[in-house]
Parts: sequence; structure tokens; C-alpha cells
Amino acid sequence: MTLEEFFNLNPYSLDCQAKEKALKDNLLDLTCYHYEKCPEYKKILDKLCFQPSKIKSVSDLPFIPARLFKNYELRSVEKEKIVKTLTSSGTSGQAVSKIFLDANNVKNQTKTLNEIVSSFIGKQRLPLLLLDTELIKKDRTMYSARGAGIIGFSIFGRDSTYALDNEMNIDVDKVVQFFEKYHNEPVLMFGYTYMIWQFIVRVLEEKGLKFNAQNAVLFHIGGWKKLKDQAVDALEFNRRVQGVLGNVKVYNYYGMVEQLGSVFVECEHGHMHCSNYSDVIIRRSKDFSEAAIGERGLIEVASVLPTSYPGHLILTEDEGAVLGVDDCPCGRKGKYFKIFGRIKNAEIRGCSDTYEKR
Amino acid sequence: MQKSGGVVIPMKNVNFIFGSENIDSSPMQPFDENVCAFVSELSSALLQLPPPMLRTMSDLSALAFWSRKANLQKMKNLYSDINERIGRGLCFHIAPSNIPINFAFSYLFSLLAGNANIVRLPSKLFPQIDTFCEVFKKVVAKYPEIGKRTAFVRYPRDNEITAAFSKKADVRMIWGGDETIALVKAMPALPHCVDVSFADRYSLALISAKSVLAASATELKKLAENFYNDTYLMDQNACSSPQLILWENDNPKAREIFWHAVYDVAMQKYSLQDAVAVDKYTLLCEESISNENILQIARYDNLLYRAELKSLNPEIVFHRGKGGFFYEYALKDISELVDVMTEKYQTLTYFGVDAQALRSKFMACHVRGIDRIVPVGQAMNIDIVWDGHDLLRELSRIIRAF
Repeated sequence: MTLEEFFNLNPYSLDCQAKEKALKDNLLDLTCYHYEKCPEYKKILDKLCFQPSKIKSVSDLPFIPARLFKNYELRSVEKEKIVKTLTSSGTSGQAVSKIFLDANNVKNQTKTLNEIVSSFIGKQRLPLLLLDTELIKKDRTMYSARGAGIIGFSIFGRDSTYALDNEMNIDVDKVVQFFEKYHNEPVLMFGYTYMIWQFIVRVLEEKGLKFNAQNAVLFHIGGWKKLKDQAVDALEFNRRVQGVLGNVKVYNYYGMVEQLGSVFVECEHGHMHCSNYSDVIIRRSKDFSEAAIGERGLIEVASVLPTSYPGHLILTEDEGAVLGVDDCPCGRKGKYFKIFGRIKNAEIRGCSDTYEKR
Repeated sequence: MQKSGGVVIPMKNVNFIFGSENIDSSPMQPFDENVCAFVSELSSALLQLPPPMLRTMSDLSALAFWSRKANLQKMKNLYSDINERIGRGLCFHIAPSNIPINFAFSYLFSLLAGNANIVRLPSKLFPQIDTFCEVFKKVVAKYPEIGKRTAFVRYPRDNEITAAFSKKADVRMIWGGDETIALVKAMPALPHCVDVSFADRYSLALISAKSVLAASATELKKLAENFYNDTYLMDQNACSSPQLILWENDNPKAREIFWHAVYDVAMQKYSLQDAVAVDKYTLLCEESISNENILQIARYDNLLYRAELKSLNPEIVFHRGKGGFFYEYALKDISELVDVMTEKYQTLTYFGVDAQALRSKFMACHVRGIDRIVPVGQAMNIDIVWDGHDLLRELSRIIRAF
């Protein structure tokens, strides 16, 4: 199936069998394409003894670890064609991933995100409240991935309003005005999970303030680690968000800078869904074989979008489990799954490090 | 701040697991009778720990076995000159953070040489360290002369504290990465202070394909188990763990047989952490891109990766696997190894090879590397002669009398 044909479908319409077929052909073509175009990728596949004729399913296809994008600049188009370089938001001192996009990739990723998001909120552009600071747009060196996410999401809304000022304080008047102005129409909100928790939910709770959204949809993205440490799970998060913001439908989504076109959104039943454009394969760490339904393993993400860099099949460092296929009560087809978060750091024995580095 | 021997030590961050800053640093003779009695009683007490506990703490049982009375006697007999020797005084040990029981070996080596000791324990917590300290405290209660010469300390990485202990020491035992050694050596010490440092090293195995083919099923299984203990047991990350496997009289069938046997053992015993699996696979991809010297890589699930090298070159010491990622190469002649060998090379484990002849060959070639040539299975067996040092002699001094 070509990308154009994918775009003509409802993004959650392909059942497992149809999708496997469509993805397998498409991803195999992409694998061969990157093999031709990206010399580093070719070297890896040669060492893995890649043979196209032996590929029977999506899970047979070779994948590369996400961390590779930190140490190498992997590209499948000429440098001159790159219009955008995305970097991950690594903590200071750590290497950051570098992802190279050409015009075609930028366009397709935007289109995909649009298809997915509008399947939740409709095609019209809604008033948008960004639960973050506008500074993020200006200081791109500091907040690359976060900033890119905000800018990327802004296209779904109109009248973008930032809820936080430069010091990360809620601009209460501005938010009140926003909700008053749009009190009888649906509004859209977007932000990063932990930012929302730290600078919106906790602050409003402490101040005893409540907004009164009538009909809002919130998309949020980002890690759960810090929230888990505070024993806050998704249900608790949603409840507390609704407690301070009002009538809000909350959607968590999972994605990564290394594969921006893969957007996995959690449905009303708390299940992460793969859209037609992407898939997850849960792998056992002992041999990378595919785990059974319900079995925990490493998450591999697959996407038909990346052409400018070999990021169509990536092994993440997150752990997850497929919960079911084609039968989520929400009606979305394909695999649905759960994410448990980052795998534990390796406890390596050995004598190389005596005077522990900080 | 408290004063000790004229040196101000910021003691508030130092946790004395045993002993105090008021340490008696007067030296004793090597293999002092009281010391030997103490060490062998410690050994017996450790060996009396419940068997299931000893089984899970193989490093602690190795220590207990090494320090038993008969072995002390055997060691003592190797030294004809102990009557003219005495310890140097106070020895300060910086132990590796990731090898739990190494500090105890370091301590016993120095105690047997006749020194008082301040030992910085790994700040990472390990059950075998707690167990050792518990047993130690019970036994040492009966030996006040040793108790007052011993301090086990824990403190966060703090150069001021390390510097303060350094200033008091007659000997510094520095286990560590090259950076740590440089850091500690740069700290002021007494003019006569002796530093014994254990740098980052590289180890390898030399296996005769002919002997593998000739081995019985039982011998092969034993070989594979021994190899496992040298490598996987410490995630292949100890200095003496072989990184590179060299084949003598190469035969592809012998290699297959050997690696399958290793895989079988690893399958039964090794618990592969998710993060190690990802690290290994990432290393495979990185090596595929960057290391032009790799001919091919064979994978046995994620337990065992074999990267076959095209040649031996000086770069190979910088390529290190972890958790079951090995490099291998078929030697045409031992001179290929000699040509690239540097002082980084520490242990060579062997199977089906004449160790004495190999040593003679190395010596005739004026090698700067290799301190140990030991059978497969003994890579981890730390002893009082280590890294080319005779620790008993280096940690003591001679009083000459004519």
C-alpha cells in the first residue's frame, strides 16, 4: 500500500491481518531503500545477514536501537535536502539524538499527526490552550523536542494561548479569559505530562483555584517516571486534571523524536492504540522474539513514514505489553497496548570503576 | 572536624563500618602468628555460613576458601625471607565499586604483609559485603591487636577525605580505572609512601582447536563452565575477563562446538538483564558501522555474540564487549599476538596450551604485557601475586642485618 492509499483511510480502520500485509510490504521496501541510501545502515544489515527473501512478516524485519541516533548521524538523503533537524531533549551532558527530515518527511509527519488527532477531535481547528510557556518556542536550544512538539501541535488549533508565563507561573487572568471567550464551544489543550502535573494541577490545587472548561480535549505526552515516583497513575492524573480544569477529555499519547510519525494515543478505555501508519512489536530481551499477547517486553516501534533517515523500525528502551488485537471496545482496529516505562539501567559488575563517577 | 595524627580529616561524612580514626599504624611481621590465627578463624567462620548463602555468594566463598589455614601455610612457605621483613605501617585501600569482595582480598593481602589498614568499601551496597563485615566483627573481637589496626570506611566520592587518608598512608593500594589512579596519585602523600596501583587491563583466552575436538563431553562441559565463570559471572567486565578468544590450530568445527557449549551454560545460568540485551545489540550495531576489522558477527539469541576479527592490531584493546560479546580470531602464529601486545594485557587464559612454553616464548620476545597465564576457569582467582606484583613483598620492607 502506498502512503497516499494510507492517507485515504480512517487511521484506525485496518484490522490486524490487512495491516500486517500492508505494513510488511511497505516496511520491507523502506528497509531496502535505506539499505541502498544510508551507508551506516547498510553496514549493520550486512553484519546481521539481512536477506529480503527471508522476510515473512513485520516482526522478521531488522531494527536498530534508538540510541544509535545519538552516536551517528544517520541519513538516507543528501545533506542539502534536509530541511529540519530534530534533537531529543536529553538531560544536560548527555548525547542527544539527531533526526534529519527532508521536506517530504515533514509534510507526511504533519499530515499523519493531523489524521490521527482529527479522528479524535474532528477536522475543524479549535481554540488551543497550550499548557506550557511561550518561552519554549523562543529558546529552541534549551527545549528542542518540547518546543518542536508544541509548534507541531499548534497547527491543530487557532488562537494559541500559553497558560504559563516565562517563570512557569499560571497566568490566571489569561486562562480565565480564554475559557470565558470560548465558553460555548469545544476547546483543545496540549502539554507535557509532568509539566501539567507540576505547574498546573499541583499549583491550582494548592491555590484552591478551579477553572471551568465546558467541553475540552487535552492531549498530553511525556514520561511517567516522576509521576510514578509520586504514585500517580493515569486514572489519578485524569481525575486531578478534571478537578482543576473542569470538563476535559484527557488523552495521553506516546511517541518519540526518533519516529515522530508514530503517535500512539490512549483511548477512553486506557489502551494505547497503533494507527494504520505504525505498529508496535513487543520483543523478549533474551532473543528478541515476539512476545505473546499480555507478555511484557521491549517495545519496537514501526512506521511507514521515515524516508529521509532509517528510523522506520526502532527498538526503544521502553517496556510494554500488547493487550489485544482488533477488539478494543472503543472500536479502533489493530493492536492496543500498555507502556510500563523505561527499562531499568543495567547493573554491571566489574572492576573498571572504583571511585564512582558522579 | 577532628584531628588525627596532625591531619585534619573532614570526618563528618565518613561512616566507620568498623574501627575509628584512631588507628594503630605500627607494623607487624609478615604472616604474624596472631594474624594467621585470625585469618584462618575468619575463613572457618565464613565457611560455616549456611551453604545456600555461600552458593549465592561465590565471591565470598572464594575468599573463605583462599584464606583457610592450609593455604596460608602454603603461601608462607613460599617466602623464605619473612624473618627479615616487617610491614610498612598504614595502608590505605581504594577498592573497586563494582566487585563486591575485592576490598576484603586487598585488606587480607596487606594484613598478611604486616600492615594496619584503612579500607574504603564500595559505596554501592552488596549483601556479601554486609555478610563479610558481620562475620569479621564477631571474629576480630577476639583479636584486639588486629581490631585496632583496622578501619572499614564508607564515604561519598570526596577528594578531601581521600586526600586526608592519603596523607597518613605509608602504602596506597589503588584499584581503579586509569582516571582514579591519576587522581589519587596526584594527592600529596608521605615521602616514603609506596603506591601499588591496579590500572585498567585487557585480557584474552588462547584455545587450542585441536584440544577442543579431542575433549570428551564431560571435559567440554567443564571447559564451558570454566569459561562462563571467567566471563559472564562478572558480566565480562572484570579486567581479567577475556574479551578476545584466540584460536590455535584453528578449526571451524571446534569453534562451533566450543561456543555451543558456552551458550548452553549461559542459557542455564546467565540472567540477561533487559538493559544488557539492548546495550549488547547497540554495541553490535555500532561495531558494524565503525569497526572495519570485523569480518562477521554470529549471534546465539542475545546471550552470546561472536565478532570475528580480520586481523590483530593495536586497536583491539579499545573494543570491549559486555555480558557475552566476544571477539575472536584464528592465530596463524603466536607472533601475531606478540606484535600487538602492550602493558595493557593482563591475563591470558588457556586450554590445551603449554603455559610454560608460552611464557618462555613471551619472555624471549621481550613483551611488555601479560602478567598471568592461567587455565580457563581461573581468570578471576585473585591471589597475593597479582597484576605482576608480589604484594607480600611490595607491602612490606626489609630490615637488613649483617
